[in-house]
Amino acid sequence: MSGIGLGGHGAEVRTGGLVAEHVTVAIDRATLLTDVSFAAIPGRVHALLGPNGAGKSTLLAVLAGDRTPTSGSVSLRDRPLADWPLRELARTRAVLTQEHSVTFSFRSREIVEMGRHPWPRTPAEDDDDREIERAMAATDVSHLADRPVAHLSGGEKARVALARVLAQRSPVLLLDEPTAALDLKHQEDVLRLARAQAAAGDAVVVVLHDLNLAAAYSDEITLLERGRVVAHGTPAEVLTADRIEAVYGQPVDVVEHPRSGVPLVLPVR
Amino acid sequence: MTRLAPATDAGTAASAPSPAHRSTRRRIALFTGLSVALVVFALVSAGIGQLQIPPAEVWNSLLRGLGLSDAPAAAPHVDSALWTIRFPRIVAAILIGAALAVAGTLMQAVFANPLAEPGVVGVSSGAALGAAVTIVFGLTATSDWVTAGASFLAGLATTMLVYLSSRSGGRTEVVTLVLTGIAVNAFAAGGLALLTFLGDTASREEIIFWQLGSLNGSRWQEIGVIAPLVLVSLVFAFVLARQLDLFSLGERSARHLGVNVERVRIVTIVLVAVLTCAAVAFAGIISFVGLIVPHLMRMVIGPAHRGLIAASALGGALLLLVADLVARTAVPMADLPIGMLTSLVGGPFFFWLLRRQRTGAGGWR
Repeated sequence: MSGIGLGGHGAEVRTGGLVAEHVTVAIDRATLLTDVSFAAIPGRVHALLGPNGAGKSTLLAVLAGDRTPTSGSVSLRDRPLADWPLRELARTRAVLTQEHSVTFSFRSREIVEMGRHPWPRTPAEDDDDREIERAMAATDVSHLADRPVAHLSGGEKARVALARVLAQRSPVLLLDEPTAALDLKHQEDVLRLARAQAAAGDAVVVVLHDLNLAAAYSDEITLLERGRVVAHGTPAEVLTADRIEAVYGQPVDVVEHPRSGVPLVLPVR
Repeated sequence: MTRLAPATDAGTAASAPSPAHRSTRRRIALFTGLSVALVVFALVSAGIGQLQIPPAEVWNSLLRGLGLSDAPAAAPHVDSALWTIRFPRIVAAILIGAALAVAGTLMQAVFANPLAEPGVVGVSSGAALGAAVTIVFGLTATSDWVTAGASFLAGLATTMLVYLSSRSGGRTEVVTLVLTGIAVNAFAAGGLALLTFLGDTASREEIIFWQLGSLNGSRWQEIGVIAPLVLVSLVFAFVLARQLDLFSLGERSARHLGVNVERVRIVTIVLVAVLTCAAVAFAGIISFVGLIVPHLMRMVIGPAHRGLIAASALGGALLLLVADLVARTAVPMADLPIGMLTSLVGGPFFFWLLRRQRTGAGGWR
């Protein structure tokens, strides 16, 4: 699927999204992020790429509100993130972390039910069961409903965690490496799901390591290196052979996919 | 309104047969069983001792005491033995058992670690140290609350210390937790030894009582102090139950789901300290109740905290009631320290849990 045309980030487009402006994060003497600006826009899948230690997870933590930037601002729907009450925030943005392990032997369905925690005493509470079933079907974990999560494989745990995040029904989704530990089909499934969410109007941010998955499924890509944004744009704009070699230190060929036309990144071996 | 993509695999989308009925039946069976056992054991326990009283007579005395019956007692001293010695002791066993088991449940929830327990991590001995200070320095004369208050403050400080020093990245590693417990227990043992050395004979005996734990000599005045603490804490624990479930996902994910992690954590820690200290201040160190009971209850009804807290309260009450019956009656004319009994059973149980935890999924988590 090719990227939907990328317009400029007009103010009217940003409304409703999650926007970080000139964010810098420093701890002790290390600077994890330097002057990073980033926007997650409704209807778009925005991939966050970069080598290990580039600051992807730090940026995601800033966007999620886990980490307060040293300088710069983050706002959700034009309201500073810090001003959001926790529960209202949870109804608006959901986060899939890389940590999927669960203490105690909760069953998969119970874990997915936890995704409904932000919604009690709201009209949406009536949808709990339907949302849970739907999220579990979409992530292909319905058959695991009664199994304790602790007994599942890494990939199954990751899918249960994703089902929980989807059951939360938040229009802004932050997914930290949702495809790690997944097999080929489930990787594609997860990103198809991300696309479907975006098509329905969600803003989706996804941290990925696989450049080809990012090229195939995202509308825009932000490439980070050592805490700085080195490129931002459509997959075709960002993923050039020279830039990838410069950032990752690995020579690559970039060719066009024969059918879809999206860039294909092939390491030179 | 179809925001989610359709099921990726139609075959697996069919919902599996729900175990809801099975688990509801289990839940009912567990709660009924525990409640019935608690009443039966309370009546039986009240009748057993140097003065044997049949359960029917215990029941009559109970009704007489509550002003619901005016049938005369079958034997002299029955009412006084029951109402001044055995009933308060039974009520104390129930309250303290519930307090310790719920304290364990809460601690495990907030540490996200099934091996956390007030005795194991040193909160109980910290509280006992606080109590011992008031005894040795003669501060107890003023009120019943002084010892309780000192043990509460010491217990709270210990809980905080253990909590802060054994966590990293929102989780607690078993190794760190257990090692912290060793350090805290060692320090408290040293402090208690010093106080034993400093104290006179009477306070020495009291300190030994604290270290071994006993329900001997429970009085209604003490129950008047424990009962409100335990009941109020239980109410708070129920209110927090749903949020505590989310701690199982890790603190970050709990926060992403709208839980005010810091607030829930602080309230829970205070509850653990209140419950543990209510128990320790009046009955001394009774370890492992908070480890054994929640674990068994989880095996029956699963880890969701709403049911677990209620089941643990009942289970802890029952366990301590039975343990105290054994303590009173196992050796004729002697009252065994109940803390010794629970440790003799709980130590091997803890060992088994550790082994299982290490070999099972998740390793040293």
